[in-house]
Amino acid sequence: MTRQMTGAKMVVQALKDQGVDVVFGYPGGAVLPIYDEVFQQNEIRHVLVRHEQGAVHAAEGYARSTGKPGVVLVTSGPGATNAVTGITDALMDSIPLIVLTGQVPTFMIGSDAFQEADTVGITRACTKHNWLVKDTANLSDVLHQAFHVATTGRPGPVLVDIPKDVQFASADYTSPQKAKTSHYQPRVKGDLAAITDLVAAIETAERPVFYTGGGVINSGRAASQLLRELVDATGIPVTSTLMGLGAYPASGDNWLGMLGMHGLYEANMAMHGCDLMINIGARFDDRITGRIDAFSPGSTKAHIDIDPSSINKVISTDIPIVGDVAHVLEDLLRIWKSRGRKTNREGLGKWWDRIDTWRQVDCLAFKQTGPSIRPQHALARLEALTKGHDRYICTEVGQHQMWAAQYIGFEDPNRWMTSGGLGTMGYGFPASIGVQMAHPESLVINVAGEASWLMNMQEMGTAVQFKLPVKQFILNNERLGMVRQWQELLHGERYSHSWSEALPDFVKLAEAFGAKGILCQDPADLDDAIMEMINHDGPVIFDCLVEKHENCFPMIPSGEPHNKMLLGEASTKDAIREGGAVLV
Amino acid sequence: MSALNIKKGSTSHSAYNLRPTFSDVHETHTLAVIVDNEPGVLARVIGLFSGRGYNIDSLTVAEVDHTGHTSRITIVTTGTPQVIEQIKAQLGRIVPVHDVHDLTVEGPSVERELALLKVGSEGDKRVEALRLADIFRANVVDSTLDSFVFEITGTPDKIDAFADLMRPLGLNEIARTGVAALPRGN
Repeated sequence: MTRQMTGAKMVVQALKDQGVDVVFGYPGGAVLPIYDEVFQQNEIRHVLVRHEQGAVHAAEGYARSTGKPGVVLVTSGPGATNAVTGITDALMDSIPLIVLTGQVPTFMIGSDAFQEADTVGITRACTKHNWLVKDTANLSDVLHQAFHVATTGRPGPVLVDIPKDVQFASADYTSPQKAKTSHYQPRVKGDLAAITDLVAAIETAERPVFYTGGGVINSGRAASQLLRELVDATGIPVTSTLMGLGAYPASGDNWLGMLGMHGLYEANMAMHGCDLMINIGARFDDRITGRIDAFSPGSTKAHIDIDPSSINKVISTDIPIVGDVAHVLEDLLRIWKSRGRKTNREGLGKWWDRIDTWRQVDCLAFKQTGPSIRPQHALARLEALTKGHDRYICTEVGQHQMWAAQYIGFEDPNRWMTSGGLGTMGYGFPASIGVQMAHPESLVINVAGEASWLMNMQEMGTAVQFKLPVKQFILNNERLGMVRQWQELLHGERYSHSWSEALPDFVKLAEAFGAKGILCQDPADLDDAIMEMINHDGPVIFDCLVEKHENCFPMIPSGEPHNKMLLGEASTKDAIREGGAVLV
Repeated sequence: MSALNIKKGSTSHSAYNLRPTFSDVHETHTLAVIVDNEPGVLARVIGLFSGRGYNIDSLTVAEVDHTGHTSRITIVTTGTPQVIEQIKAQLGRIVPVHDVHDLTVEGPSVERELALLKVGSEGDKRVEALRLADIFRANVVDSTLDSFVFEITGTPDKIDAFADLMRPLGLNEIARTGVAALPRGN
């Protein structure tokens, strides 16, 4: 049965058929026909954001916390260009998004029409794929293919640009089941010979370590479950990138903590000293590797990744396995079990002894002294007071983000939303809105810095309008903390433009939006204030005034390898050498 | 044997068994990329090369299957073995790309390029140009009393050699198509 309908109606129908329940968007001239269709139905809820960048980050939060693709609907020209930062963010972190943009009518394309932009041209480099649909007859096929491409293989954002006349014109609607099949079918099963090589390496390794990443989360809950089974059965230590936190529980026996530039001492030392590194769904990002030529010098490296281009991109791999994490881990476990569940027990025992000596360094230790709240303390208290809750944590970008990753423990996947690859300040607040839309009953907290938070503060309007009780936990040091830290370490303490002189009164700001504001500056008040935030049924801006010149440690100075970590203030003098200074 | 140890017939999906050494030696490879002939596909390929800092020595593109709407892009590129592998993997990631063939390592192949050269000269030089064109099996496709346009087909090296010889004889314009290539045999 074919059904004739307008392009605008097709969009809404395709979204329904693809199981979409929430769309984040902002109307404008070139998407009015679609908005008219959105108005005439109740199955899909539309969240009106206050800026298109917010729509994309909210969709990212929704996608990251549910495992489903996020959907964005914005208008042509400025609507599309405002979305570009969010789309790029999603590409870098492999978040599945479907971004629908309006476009000027086909007969006006290229004429510099009002609110015209070459959207597919602009977003070609920041989407996994994009389409300009010039004929309504192709629209439903393209929409279904967009969902397929966004969610298949390595996930990512896709964009469909729909001219206004295509929205008005009618054609036959094709259902997802009848849509043209795409030749885009990335391989999910890993090569069994390579997996067997890896099993053999696991059986004999003296100092193995699992280095896991966002790919485990993206692969779905089964992947995290299989990872846990594998780690616990083999007794091999496991560390994770920023994007992979929660795949293995922070309370697990084999957990070393996050690795990388601001990772834990024991995690980085284990990476440096291991003889077998098993990378599962991570991509050897420069925040992880530090200096490439001194990266884990003595190890055999295995790399499981669904994207062949990730393999051998920066680090030469000895055992490459292209495939989906869940599929590969399933085969890996099966083969390892069938070969007798062997590990090198003696070697592993000694390895754990060494790791324990690194753990004793207790690199995250701090003392809450003095009259002001230290940011580490604020997060440690937030962790302690929210631990038992059904909790989702978002962050902005900067020092607070690293402290959140260090001091908050994640027990499950999809509970941690942060901008890793692109490092987008302004990500966390709209992301928390997307998370709260997907999980209305859960406690959603955005750990923020005041500078990042201000970048998308307009979304307070969204939170209040849609009654989303998101908690904005702002560690306010009146500084761009990470920039300031680098200026201290690298630029002779010349703090060029890294502070804000005219910050708003966040309590009044909250009240101006019709929300609740809480100010806390005394360590003695902190617990009560956090409880007040948790217990308030509605959005809260929590202005936590913290120590202004706190630095984020541990830290691998740029240009240095893992075993050259700085553990605290005493070790920072001349820590970054000339070669490292050019790195970001 | 190639340093890369790539099996014959491997495509973008062949990273499974690759163990390239991170060598500094630059190699020139000819890649045949089969793509859907849809708007923007060439921009995606070129954007990949410019965005990631890879070299394009030459590039040709045309639809080769009118019913299947597929085009063949032939790219000659230079880089270290690791970069060449990255280029192939990155090309394979582009959604409308069906296949990536590295003709340089997948066995023997034939490469041809067509060039048009305008040579303006008189007297002995004109005669010499015509004589050399004959040796290179170039055809005269346009002639005036003081100029020729030669058409020559061959490997890029042969065209370079011909152009070098024509330069002192009055070469004043050259148009080249870039390389088209196919593997030999089946």
